[in-house]
Amino acid sequence: MSHTTPTAANDAPRTGPWRSLEERAARVGGSEPEHSHEHSHEHDQDHDHAAPRPSNALLSSVEVARRDFLRVMGGSLAAAGAAACTRQPDERIHAYGASPEALIPGKPLYFATAMPWASGALGLLVESHMGRPTKVEGNPDHPASLGATDAFAQASVLELYDPTRAQLVRRNGAISTWSAFLDEFSALLEAQRASGGVGLRILTPTVVSPTLHAQLVALLKTFPSAVWTQWSAHNRDRARAGALAALGVDVAAHPDLSRAKVVLSLDDDFLAGPGGVRNARAFAAARRARRDTQSMLRLYCVESSVSITGAAADHRLPARPSVLAAVAARIATKVGVATAALPLAPEHERWADAVAADLLAHRGECVVLVGLEQAPGLHALAHAVNHALGAVGQTLRYTEPVECASVDQGAELRALVGDLQAGRVELLVVLEGNPVYDAPADLGLRDAFAKARVRVALSLFDNETTQLSNWHVPATHFLESWSDARAFDGTISIVQPLIAPLYGGKSSHELVAVMAGAATAKAYDLVRAHWQSQHEDDDFESAWKRALHDGLLAGKRFSARSVALANAATKLAVATGDGLEWVLRTDDSAYDGRFAANAWLQECPRPLTKLTWDNAVLIGVASAERAGLASGDVVALTIDGARLEAPVWVTPGHAEECITLPLGYGRTSAGPIGTGVGFDAYVFTRRSGAWSGAGAKLERLERKHEFAPAQEHHDMERRDLVRTLPLGALDSAKVHPALAHGETSLYPPHAYNGVAFGMVIDLNSCIGCNACVIACQSENSIPVVGKEEVINGREMHWLRIDRYYEGDPSDPRVLLQPVPCMHCEAAPCEVVCPVGATTHSPEGLNEMTYNRCVGTRYCSNNCPYKVRRFNFLAYADLETESLKLQRNPDVTVRTRGVMEKCTYCVQRIQEKRIGARREGREVGGDEIVTACQQVCPAQAITFGDINNPQSAVAKLRTEPHHYGLLEELNTKPRTTYLAKASAPNPQLVAGTGEAR
Amino acid sequence: MSSAKPTGAASGAPVIGPGHSLASVTDQISKIVLSRQTPTGWFIGLGVAMLGVGVLITAIGWLLWWGLGVWGINQPVGWGFAIINFVWWIGIGHAGTLISAILLLLKQEWRTSINRFAEAMTLFAVMCAGVFPLLHVGRPWLAYWLLPYPNTMGMWPQFRSPLLWDVFAVSTYATVSALFWYVGLIPDLATLRDRAKSLVWKRIYGALALGWRGAARHWERYETAYGLLAGLATPLVVSVHTVVSFDFAVSVIPGWHATIMPPYFVAGAIFSGFAMVLTLAIPIRRIFGLEDFITMKHLDNMAKVILATGMIVCYGYAMEAFFAWYSGSPYERYMIVNRMLGPYGWSYWALITCNLLVPQLLWSSAVRRNIAALFAIAIVVNVGMWLERFVIVVTSLHRDYLPSSWGMYYPTVWDWALYIGTIGLFFFLLFLFIRFLPMISIFEMRTLVPATGEEPPKKGLHIAASAGPSGEARRP
Repeated sequence: MSHTTPTAANDAPRTGPWRSLEERAARVGGSEPEHSHEHSHEHDQDHDHAAPRPSNALLSSVEVARRDFLRVMGGSLAAAGAAACTRQPDERIHAYGASPEALIPGKPLYFATAMPWASGALGLLVESHMGRPTKVEGNPDHPASLGATDAFAQASVLELYDPTRAQLVRRNGAISTWSAFLDEFSALLEAQRASGGVGLRILTPTVVSPTLHAQLVALLKTFPSAVWTQWSAHNRDRARAGALAALGVDVAAHPDLSRAKVVLSLDDDFLAGPGGVRNARAFAAARRARRDTQSMLRLYCVESSVSITGAAADHRLPARPSVLAAVAARIATKVGVATAALPLAPEHERWADAVAADLLAHRGECVVLVGLEQAPGLHALAHAVNHALGAVGQTLRYTEPVECASVDQGAELRALVGDLQAGRVELLVVLEGNPVYDAPADLGLRDAFAKARVRVALSLFDNETTQLSNWHVPATHFLESWSDARAFDGTISIVQPLIAPLYGGKSSHELVAVMAGAATAKAYDLVRAHWQSQHEDDDFESAWKRALHDGLLAGKRFSARSVALANAATKLAVATGDGLEWVLRTDDSAYDGRFAANAWLQECPRPLTKLTWDNAVLIGVASAERAGLASGDVVALTIDGARLEAPVWVTPGHAEECITLPLGYGRTSAGPIGTGVGFDAYVFTRRSGAWSGAGAKLERLERKHEFAPAQEHHDMERRDLVRTLPLGALDSAKVHPALAHGETSLYPPHAYNGVAFGMVIDLNSCIGCNACVIACQSENSIPVVGKEEVINGREMHWLRIDRYYEGDPSDPRVLLQPVPCMHCEAAPCEVVCPVGATTHSPEGLNEMTYNRCVGTRYCSNNCPYKVRRFNFLAYADLETESLKLQRNPDVTVRTRGVMEKCTYCVQRIQEKRIGARREGREVGGDEIVTACQQVCPAQAITFGDINNPQSAVAKLRTEPHHYGLLEELNTKPRTTYLAKASAPNPQLVAGTGEAR
Repeated sequence: MSSAKPTGAASGAPVIGPGHSLASVTDQISKIVLSRQTPTGWFIGLGVAMLGVGVLITAIGWLLWWGLGVWGINQPVGWGFAIINFVWWIGIGHAGTLISAILLLLKQEWRTSINRFAEAMTLFAVMCAGVFPLLHVGRPWLAYWLLPYPNTMGMWPQFRSPLLWDVFAVSTYATVSALFWYVGLIPDLATLRDRAKSLVWKRIYGALALGWRGAARHWERYETAYGLLAGLATPLVVSVHTVVSFDFAVSVIPGWHATIMPPYFVAGAIFSGFAMVLTLAIPIRRIFGLEDFITMKHLDNMAKVILATGMIVCYGYAMEAFFAWYSGSPYERYMIVNRMLGPYGWSYWALITCNLLVPQLLWSSAVRRNIAALFAIAIVVNVGMWLERFVIVVTSLHRDYLPSSWGMYYPTVWDWALYIGTIGLFFFLLFLFIRFLPMISIFEMRTLVPATGEEPPKKGLHIAASAGPSGEARRP
């Protein structure tokens, strides 16, 4: 368009993203006019080359044009960012000559895709603003999502735009190019071809993509002597071994919580993590307490660590692994499964007997669940127990496992390391995953890794594995590449890209295609071709279109497998040793380490400990007292010869004589965010695959570690904040008797005519999974402040989840309460603002006008709920180019010195209201959905018009257990709560003498 | 003059030393200003104070560059040192206005020797206080939005906010204090004009004296203006700190939301103000040999005011505790227990020691006559009143309604720097003042001369009774 002076181009720092080395080279050195020409030419070429050519269709044409647009925008954005904002970009920029169909500037589009996990894909709908994915939502049609997501999926959009992503092909750390890689890689493969690939090894995480699986299977036909190894740290090995032992076949067990009345979790955190979304939905539905509810699902949980599942349980038994095994054995015996008894304390026996009696009383309506981390024996025992209780076929469904090739991953990895050590590996290709970091420590993969002659790693980030690799090819994020993935129940989702690869990454499909000799194959063609070959009907095109639109392929669900109990009698092995018992757990934020570099997740308070930016050795209250330990004390931890120095966090409710070691931290190469955060508990992982054991020794060092907890006080101080009421007497909710004076005011009440927005949060449904916290962060472009600022008490989350403990610190009741802005009708914040920056809307929204705010913080001081957040420093990163793409264009980015807080997603309200107005009607009672509401897997949050008696929120406000937080202050909060309902087992209440 | 009891038995000391004539009073006070010999001590003092000003400028620069995050404030403690120091300085300022205005109206002529620098102290303290509300906002460059001015945004300030009332109260107070002080200075500026040797100073003082000739009409107008300003300033003594206390009393936070706040704040302000006057007066009368003008009678009276207002303040503390219990509100009760026994309990007990226990020593006339003891007690009260504001601001905020949001407040080096910086500014201005302006009102002191018995008392208006200062200067 216009050519600006070349000198200015050279002066400006070149920090923006760029798509290829050529582009970068041209930009830094090239003369302007020539460069412009090259640039546009490259785009044209790229386009011809890359764009799929669908024969048909609205959707695909949008797709093509959208991607094309992005190519152009990507280049010009980068240049615009690199130069000052007052200059025009150096390159030729293209006007929107012909707008893609269905795209209205300013209106987002939604595309179905899926986030792949080892445990199955999570179906997503991703919001796209002018070609930029900004917000992830669940896909209501997808069986694993049902419209909700977990915190990980919410944070994945930040991962996409992470400026520290790998952007270049690197050879031994030095910048190289894709074509240089292709040359060397092809030569290496050619050398292998002669021997049938005897020196070729491929290492992938658990593959749930049928296309990738088919590609790999085909590749192994070309290289019959090559070996494909799968390794995911949090794998199904133990569950698989347990199923094989008990049932003779490898099947996956899926509980049907909607049909269960009693559930026993043997340390299965089934509400958390990637599989937790659908479970949380069903669990919350089975426990929904309303005016007429007579009964609800009862959950028993025996667990060594602390989890949100344990917090949601009616009866939770903290038990170290040996006790857990003994409790399980006792229950099994009681329900008629023969197993050797293990020694058990009398109070635990009583507990186990009561649970067994309850399970027996609900034969066919109960189910026993076992965590993936548990030993195969316990899985096998649970299969037997579920058979004995008549759960199979009723509340438990067996299907084939979700992995395309279910194998003993531990054994495969051991074999690979054996080959590496023996020097048999010529070419090792690591397709994503980070095995150097997360392989069992005693396997010695780190040392053996370098013995492969050439190591090639495909990875989204620089990590421990790429550090040791000869070649590092940047991978594509799932939001920028074509793929497919199976859900837990076999449903196939097509992973659609929302944006062209930001940094020219390659997907696993493409790299495997290179190995198969198709260097130019595109993931889109591969995935499409795979499903076309599977398609039986004539009309593949419309089926494909449908699949892309819906986010899933119809008719691919696994059918239930009927399996018979092959071997009922099992004896549980119990690890013994001097010292404390220990358990390893994936982390609620870092998972197995892959999210260690994600700032949203790092700063998201862990659900139970409320820690941010750290992991910690979790230890029970009494055990810590005995060892003279306080939170923050650094200990030297020795297990089985491995030693580590790590800080402890005293955790109420943690099993005594036991410690939890969260995995996923202590990364040595995870960019500026993740490197060096916490300690690496993988040093305690063993080739046996055990996730727990005994013989941990703690030695207190005279050192303190500074943690950054987001909440420091755990006691409700006898205040009536989280109310718990017995089911059947939900109307016994009363305000604190000393303060029960009702609403009194000298002024007549303000009349809210028309729409009045309100929110009800059902505390009985909320499981505290944090999905809403990250969803809010993503929707509202909430900045991350870092560990120091969290320590200073300045975290910015608009929606927080308060966690209180009640009762015995060793076994407390955990109470969770999401707290967004209350949008008080009589808001204390509004009267004290000297400039009128926070005001009330006619619909009852407490609005914040950032432009007007001068930052006195008086509103925050006067807020009884302390939901207001202040930009003490310039928290919003206004400089990093890629992060700008992530932000919600409908939300203002707040600057330093400005107060902010929950707006009830006012941008979503406005969008719906404008839509309604265009149609000449009032906005519907349930029409508007806030970000936290939309993401909630437990459907705990309801938002709408409280003046509309037909709206869900208005109905909930008439429930007997409906109450307002601190309503005695006469703030008249619009955000209100439904009390937690309790329906304990009377036997256990009497037995322990503890009123819950 | 009928109320003048210069050698009253109750006080045991005169308000002016014996042996002074009209000329000696003028000489002794004006020579401090007009002397060419600047004492070395003054340079040292000014140098130290300028270091403080340097710290102030650095702290402000750092703050503006980085933002409020350089301070220790957080969620839930949104206000910290800035508001504590603001209230503290405003409180200190109160004694000046009280002494000049209220005691003038009450014809307490012992105030005469201390009113000038007490007023200066007020002015400087208000200047120091003014630094804080401006800088404590997140975007100080927009702080003018708190002023009601017509603008294209069509926006007015939000008149229900006590912070806005603060803006009016403090700016009014600053304006009236400055006017009051300046009007009171005019006759003395004329004296200095007439006595100054250097032409430059003659011009400067001459300009500032606004053509004062000591004419009877001048005196008449002066009397009217000064009386009116005193009348204006008097309600301000009560209103300013009442309004400042509304910042807290109007809120819903336990520990802030209390009706006792206004009287308790006003008493506290006078309490701390008199302590500051003592803190300054004791060294000054010693250094500049003004024992004859600031006599034991003055010190004794001020000690008594401190004792009296201190008791009112302590009544406030007692009422806070009583109403926390009597309200039956668990939040209020927790607040007072937390205040006494929580993590900041030390500050509460230090405050009780400083403001309740130590001032009790002033019941003893021996202590009141012991200058060293008075000085020490004044310092202790200054510290105590600072702690009181710390306790009110921080311990109320750090644990309010939802325990999940409770937190701690730790001031940073920049909090301290700004505080120390304003102390530096205060002394910097004070040093300039005592060197360049008469720190004791010359013409008013001369009205006390008859009390020394050296010259016969004159009848009539006490100020008009004396000859004009210029006439005095012309005497050989």
